[in-house]
Amino acid sequence: MSRNLILGGLLTSVFVIAAMLSFAWTPDSVEAMNIANRLKPPSADNLLGTDHFGRDILSMLMVGARTSIAVALVAVGIGMGLGVPLGLAAAARRGGMLDEVIMRMNDLIFAFPSLVIAILITAVFGPSATNAIIAIGIFNIPVFARITRGAALSLWKREFIMAAQVAGKTRTRISVEHILPNVANLLIVQGTIQFSLGILAEAGLSYVGLGAQPPIPSWGRMLADAQTMVSLAPHVALIPGLTIVAMVLGLNLLGDGLRDALDPRLKVVRA
Amino acid sequence: MLGYIVKRLISLAMSLIVASVVIFGVVEVAPGDPASFMLGINAQPDTVAALRTELGLDQSKLDRYLSWVGGMLTGDFGTSYTYRTPVAQMIADRMWVSLPLALYALTLSTLIAFPAGIFAAARRGEPGDLAVTGATQLGVAIPNFWFAMMLVLIFAIQLRWFSAGGFPGWDGGFWAGMKALTLPAIALALPQAAILTRVMRSSLLDILGEDFMRTARAKGLSARQALWRHGLRNALIPVLTIIGLQFAFLLAGAIIIEQVFFLPGLGRLIFQAITQRDLIVVESVVMLLVFAVIMVNFLVDLAYAVVDPRLRTRV
Amino acid sequence: MSLLCIENLSLAIHGTSILKGVSLEIAEGEITALTGESGSGKSMTAFATMGLLPKGTVASGAIAFNGTDMLTLSEPQMCDLRGREIGMVFQEPMTALNPVQTIGAQVMETMLIHKAMAPEHAEERAREVLDRVGLPIDRFPLSRYPHELSGGQRQRVVIAMAIALRPRLLIADEPTTALDVTTQAQILDLLKRLVKEDGMALMMITHDLAVVSDMADTLNVMRHGEIVEAGPTAKVLREMRHPYTRHLFEASRHQADLGAAKAAAPLLSVQNVSRDYPLPRESLFGARPMFKAVRNVSFDIRRGERVGLVGESGCGKSTLTRAILGLEPTQSGKITLDGDPVWQDGHPNLTVRRKMQVVFQDPYGSFNPRHRVSRLITEPFHLLPDPPRHAARNTAIAEALIAVGLKPEDADRHIHAFSGGQRQRIAIARALIIKPDLIVFDEAVSALDVRVRAQILDLMADLSRAYGLTYLFISHDLSVVRSITDRVMVMRAGEIVEDRPTADLFTAPDHPYTRDLMNAAPQLPDFPEAQDAPQPAL
Repeated sequence: MSRNLILGGLLTSVFVIAAMLSFAWTPDSVEAMNIANRLKPPSADNLLGTDHFGRDILSMLMVGARTSIAVALVAVGIGMGLGVPLGLAAAARRGGMLDEVIMRMNDLIFAFPSLVIAILITAVFGPSATNAIIAIGIFNIPVFARITRGAALSLWKREFIMAAQVAGKTRTRISVEHILPNVANLLIVQGTIQFSLGILAEAGLSYVGLGAQPPIPSWGRMLADAQTMVSLAPHVALIPGLTIVAMVLGLNLLGDGLRDALDPRLKVVRA
Repeated sequence: MLGYIVKRLISLAMSLIVASVVIFGVVEVAPGDPASFMLGINAQPDTVAALRTELGLDQSKLDRYLSWVGGMLTGDFGTSYTYRTPVAQMIADRMWVSLPLALYALTLSTLIAFPAGIFAAARRGEPGDLAVTGATQLGVAIPNFWFAMMLVLIFAIQLRWFSAGGFPGWDGGFWAGMKALTLPAIALALPQAAILTRVMRSSLLDILGEDFMRTARAKGLSARQALWRHGLRNALIPVLTIIGLQFAFLLAGAIIIEQVFFLPGLGRLIFQAITQRDLIVVESVVMLLVFAVIMVNFLVDLAYAVVDPRLRTRV
Repeated sequence: MSLLCIENLSLAIHGTSILKGVSLEIAEGEITALTGESGSGKSMTAFATMGLLPKGTVASGAIAFNGTDMLTLSEPQMCDLRGREIGMVFQEPMTALNPVQTIGAQVMETMLIHKAMAPEHAEERAREVLDRVGLPIDRFPLSRYPHELSGGQRQRVVIAMAIALRPRLLIADEPTTALDVTTQAQILDLLKRLVKEDGMALMMITHDLAVVSDMADTLNVMRHGEIVEAGPTAKVLREMRHPYTRHLFEASRHQADLGAAKAAAPLLSVQNVSRDYPLPRESLFGARPMFKAVRNVSFDIRRGERVGLVGESGCGKSTLTRAILGLEPTQSGKITLDGDPVWQDGHPNLTVRRKMQVVFQDPYGSFNPRHRVSRLITEPFHLLPDPPRHAARNTAIAEALIAVGLKPEDADRHIHAFSGGQRQRIAIARALIIKPDLIVFDEAVSALDVRVRAQILDLMADLSRAYGLTYLFISHDLSVVRSITDRVMVMRAGEIVEDRPTADLFTAPDHPYTRDLMNAAPQLPDFPEAQDAPQPAL
């Protein structure tokens, strides 16, 4: 096992466990405000200090991890769930109408950064965590469709696929039985990367108020709240920021480690 | 070559049409009537009706779509529901903040990424390479708006080299404007530079394994000469793709970064418009952003043809 | 004194021994061949001479060029030698040139990098050199890009780059392996001519004994990183003192024992089949030109007949194969097996598919790496309405594996546990398992080393005799087809130009193209005593 895999796995598990734990227990309540105890630096009472309402930052981060992970995970699910079948279908009929339509749609979605999608949705339906999920999820679709198509196209040229065709199997069946398992490694690695990008995107959206709404704690809004306090109490901005960096770094290391362990030649996309 | 350009142009036009339909369609399904919203709940029905006529809301959807698109083509983006001023004027004012910011950031990110990527690829596996890849690993993990806050904390609040936010306008001189955009541009550029460095490095490393690099060595080129003369231009093809994609992210990122630095750009405009349900503004700004992204990708397609002669002969 | 003198050269990459005490000498004006199967170390010897070894390689011994040991030279000194004193030609002309630079710029670079002349003169010289390698300037201006040239033309550009400064040593690493046989002959002639005119030394790396037998002055036979036999080519081939040389030689001209041909009712019938592909438009609004891959082809294969289909790349044999297998529809004409059409109502006909199987070229690409042998070879069962299950399935697997010389236990192993030759056996087992009426061998032995190829050809002959197989054997290599078919069809530019019994065709080829093919194919010399000599076991 590579160092990347271990370090990334450890970092990621810390956040996942903290998020899980927050359902049952947090050091302090995330709703109880205590203005007298506001903007306290880290201490024995509040391990990571308190925010401008006197809430315990560690507890906020634990609950916020839930939002981040949930949004990013569902968004990856949407991207994979729709993108992978589309990519497989496009590759199975290379150069056909379906391929052309899918690829044009992909190009089009790439012209809408997830923030722009979120802006559109919010303008119409108002802000919420669901909007963030949809916006990030939609943007993930072409990413998965494209890498799946690319990998599948090179597999379709391989002779074992022709052998399966000679054995009378349909293109759909070949896609599921032969192509999908052989692109699984790539999807796992890309999924990890999209997960980390999802965490970043969710933080950005909730920072500008397009993501999860109060009272649901989220890392991005903690930073938005911290912005005016940053000169008084730098820790309120520093700690949530470093938390995001650590989680994203952990996922990226995990992705790199998985790639090295599964197949170092995998071509993932990062943009 | 001409055929290639025409084909790209057709695809560009198609993308713009579909994008405009999507944007218009999404905004159309928005609940609530802008006219009643603007006049408040106590408005007289005939006043609302008059405003609806004035805003053109009583026409059919198709007519409104056509007049929206037709207006944009002639530079008329409609009238803001809230401010009753031409949207085109509002956008034009803000664009002179957002566009320079995105371009400034793109320039910075490219200027950092190219040397860093080449440096790392030429020293694969050596300490220099490990340092660069380690830094990019960190760079891609940092949220740009948080990085922006940290820049403000250090360079504006502690060191007082820059102001913490705001924009003096270009009337105050080019350099004053650039100075105000420097911290935002750095905040935007660094995470993108990290990504671009990784792409540059891995693309070069792929090329280093190609047969023609060995041919170059057999002619007597040193490893470094081969990298510069044969590797770089071939490695540029995937890098161009990413630069095109990044422009979209920089534009979007600029919207967020403008919030950190209180810059009067398109981001501020769009968030104001969302709060005030000024949908015509939202619609037009989004269309403009999408137009910019599609245009940049068109330029990237042209750049491909310059870099890669194989595309030029293809029709 | 010899120009190049390799003495006791040993190489190890990350601790794995690649070369063990290799010694050889090459004099100016002399052609020295290094031959052997894949993994024998012949290419590494060439790269060691160029000083272009992969990172992590440890070399010992000496490579003296013109009296200087190159292993002791610094990298800048080696750069100075490469291209000026030592040139190199590679195996893959399609990828050996920089796709984004003109051929002129790439040829000129050799001159400019060594500051041998001013740019104006370099341009003049580039024209001369390209002309010399058979690319006249009026048809091949310096502004051409590699993608505008064919494989053979690109190889000429690579040669032009290598000889531009008249090096004293030229190294050619499988320079014709990727080329068609007629192009191969031209490139070999070119190399011979250049050696003669410039008096340079040529180190020729090839796996093909026939290529070097009438070309090289000296022959070095390599195996497992060692030279097992060396000497003047004629002498080595006449004496063949090392059993390995003998095995290579025998395998290269191996004739499988096919048994008598049987004549029966027609099985496969191909009638007036044509297949076009649209090409990219030449002008923006013009109609898309069509490439006629297969033009009005007709032939029959009778039950029990073993038919070869030979042609160079691009002749349409792959397209025809795909049409016969029902992987693609045809534009016109009819293909039937046992009277049933292969393609019906826009779909491949499953009744026909059931009676046909295929063995592909690439032993590494023809299996899903994630499945076990038992699952891989039973894939054709999918075609049967009532596939065998449980015990019957296991029996079928075991039978098929035994038939191709493997063990029933191999069914539980993954494909990566097998060598290239074994994989090709598994591919044959997969084709046999539903007892098809017709098997298509699509370049099925082209990727194999000669000795393994001989074994697989024997296996096919054995199976043919035992089961009365009918097959279509597709190959670019006339000599292979000769040993394994009753009848040969020669294909060129989408048409079958000759279709005759194998023996007739080889004794008296009819069509000029067939004659060209046969003349172009390198021949091994005939040494009767070699065949009589005792054959020690491997």
